[in-house]
Amino acid sequence: MYKIIRQIIQSGIKTETPPGVDDALRCTAQRLQDEILKRLGGALAIRHVDAGSCNGCELEILALSNPYYNLEGLGIHFVASPRHADMLLVTGPVSRHMETALQRTYDAMPEPKLVVAIGDCGCTGGIFGESYASCGRVSNVIPVDVAVPGCPPTPFALMQGILTGIGAGQVV
Amino acid sequence: MRIEDFDIALSPLPGAAPVWHADVDAAEWRQVCQQVYDKGGRLVALWGSDRRELTRGFVVHATLVIRFGLVWLTLSAEHEAYPGIDDIFPVASRMQRALGDLLGIYPHHPQDARPWLRHDAWPADHYPLRKDFDGSVVHPAAVQDYPFVTVEGDGVHEIAVGPVHAGTIEPSHFRFSVIGEKILRLEQRLGYTHKGVEKLFETMTLEKGAQLAGRISGDSTVAYAWAYAMAAESAVGMTPPGRALWLRALLLERERLANHLGDLGALGNDAGLAFGLAQFSCLKEDLLRTNAALFGHRYLMDSIVPGGVAKDLDETGAARLMAELDALDQTVTRLRNIYDDHAGLQDRFIGAGRVAPELAVRLGLCGLAGRASAQAWDLRAQFPVVPYDALDVRMATHRNGDVAARVTVRFDEVDEAIRLCRLILKEMPGGAIFTTLPKAPDNAIGVGWVEGWRGEVLVALETGTDNRIRRLHPHDPSWQNWPLLEHAALGNIVPDFPLINKSFNLSYSGHDL
Repeated sequence: MYKIIRQIIQSGIKTETPPGVDDALRCTAQRLQDEILKRLGGALAIRHVDAGSCNGCELEILALSNPYYNLEGLGIHFVASPRHADMLLVTGPVSRHMETALQRTYDAMPEPKLVVAIGDCGCTGGIFGESYASCGRVSNVIPVDVAVPGCPPTPFALMQGILTGIGAGQVV
Repeated sequence: MRIEDFDIALSPLPGAAPVWHADVDAAEWRQVCQQVYDKGGRLVALWGSDRRELTRGFVVHATLVIRFGLVWLTLSAEHEAYPGIDDIFPVASRMQRALGDLLGIYPHHPQDARPWLRHDAWPADHYPLRKDFDGSVVHPAAVQDYPFVTVEGDGVHEIAVGPVHAGTIEPSHFRFSVIGEKILRLEQRLGYTHKGVEKLFETMTLEKGAQLAGRISGDSTVAYAWAYAMAAESAVGMTPPGRALWLRALLLERERLANHLGDLGALGNDAGLAFGLAQFSCLKEDLLRTNAALFGHRYLMDSIVPGGVAKDLDETGAARLMAELDALDQTVTRLRNIYDDHAGLQDRFIGAGRVAPELAVRLGLCGLAGRASAQAWDLRAQFPVVPYDALDVRMATHRNGDVAARVTVRFDEVDEAIRLCRLILKEMPGGAIFTTLPKAPDNAIGVGWVEGWRGEVLVALETGTDNRIRRLHPHDPSWQNWPLLEHAALGNIVPDFPLINKSFNLSYSGHDL
């Protein structure tokens, strides 16, 4: 236990709280929290669905929970059931084998609901495009509110995408 | 076993990987497979191609690894059938089923004749990898029930999980048959992320294909990009500049580090030690940020291209990497101490999800998980290409085959990757980092074979005309290891499954293609 505590103290607080007001991340983080407080009573519940991604975007979504980005510290958390979610994050081109599963996940979410398509594949179908096996972009299957490009998008871009989603005002 | 022990005409392929190719008939096909199995070799991949336009009809390929390298067999599938090898190599079963789904070529006596990668996206009598199948045509969903194997008895019930899992994980379906909390049987169904990768390659030039290869399994983008580049270079018969090869190894070891660090954190978390996740995910993030600063991409996508690498490393960059390695080395040592001393953690790790060495060898477990079950295969140590031939890679192995063993092997491989990175930074030659790839000869073949962090990635390439890809088969080590996960879960309790699954951390996308 002593070693754990020493390591924690040695690591310090990694969560990025930059000094200057002109720092982009701080602005984003603070605005995000304000938006969440205002519109969602302090918490945003996100459900993620991999609809056929190469797993690159998943790595960045997981990175959102590391101490640097500390997404949970902003009142945003990932939930296991679509029935508990305000927002759906969808990665990948939608494979035809995942089309039904994605549609059902979307249908299971309570209204009002937001959808954020993640990555070049989610936005446009990306390198995989549309084919016998791929439906292409997420909006070909379910309505999308915000699309975050990138291959994969950085955690910072993902945070911005989530903010833009809340800012779109459909949840009010 | 030596190359002369085979009664077939094997010809060496040009390129970095030690590969011999042979056209065989049906009798030789089974005989060589049996011989390889008897001598302790393994099946790496089985796939097929449509060579009707070259008047060879359909062919089936298999690559087998023995102590001197890789043997690539090609067999003409007369009447769209061939002698199966799933009785010799059980791991071939799913590959044979996938071959049936994609190319319509079937083994004579399959042990399992259910579809594998095909769910409902195309009808059973259409085969995407046939040349007369138009990949852009969308077929109406042909929904078909999938007969899972059921377990009957007093108190047995089923838990169906997925394809959408309760976390940030790739999609698949797991069917547990349980009694109380104990798992009696686990059956996987994969194929949900099938997005037509192999068909897509056939519309691409060798140059364009590199990008797609880097997106077969995002967490192994370096391994795939290198294997792809190696295959392309083997087909055209050229060798990239020395410095490029050393840089590739540096990128591959950094990919190994990033993934192992991420997994070590996640494994701690899955066993109830959130501290581990917080610590290791910071180390991983530091590594990714350095990647972005020095190589232009957090996961190093598109850093390796056929002919070399995309970006050079200057002295300042090398010094930064060296300093980062020192810090990483110290922190990992401290964290390993904490993991080793943590009774609660070890209680969850030890004995969970055990794959005994005897089972591992029978079913062909490979890569990191294989090494944790005493399967001593590591391409970097056994078939070292430049620069590994100068680095004397120390293979990490363990005999216990449980979650704890897979954790130990990861820690050992982190240490070794740190040592290799330091050595590469010190010894790397100067010079060019890229040579333009000459136009590929028509109908040539090439192989790339790279030890990624998860295991061996194979890329087998057939060129067409005009520098185009006629057929490309990428093979992920997950094909070998998924079936073992079914065994590893037996007798464990359902709540331990996420931990066991994570300790393998297999690719869905790399498998479903």
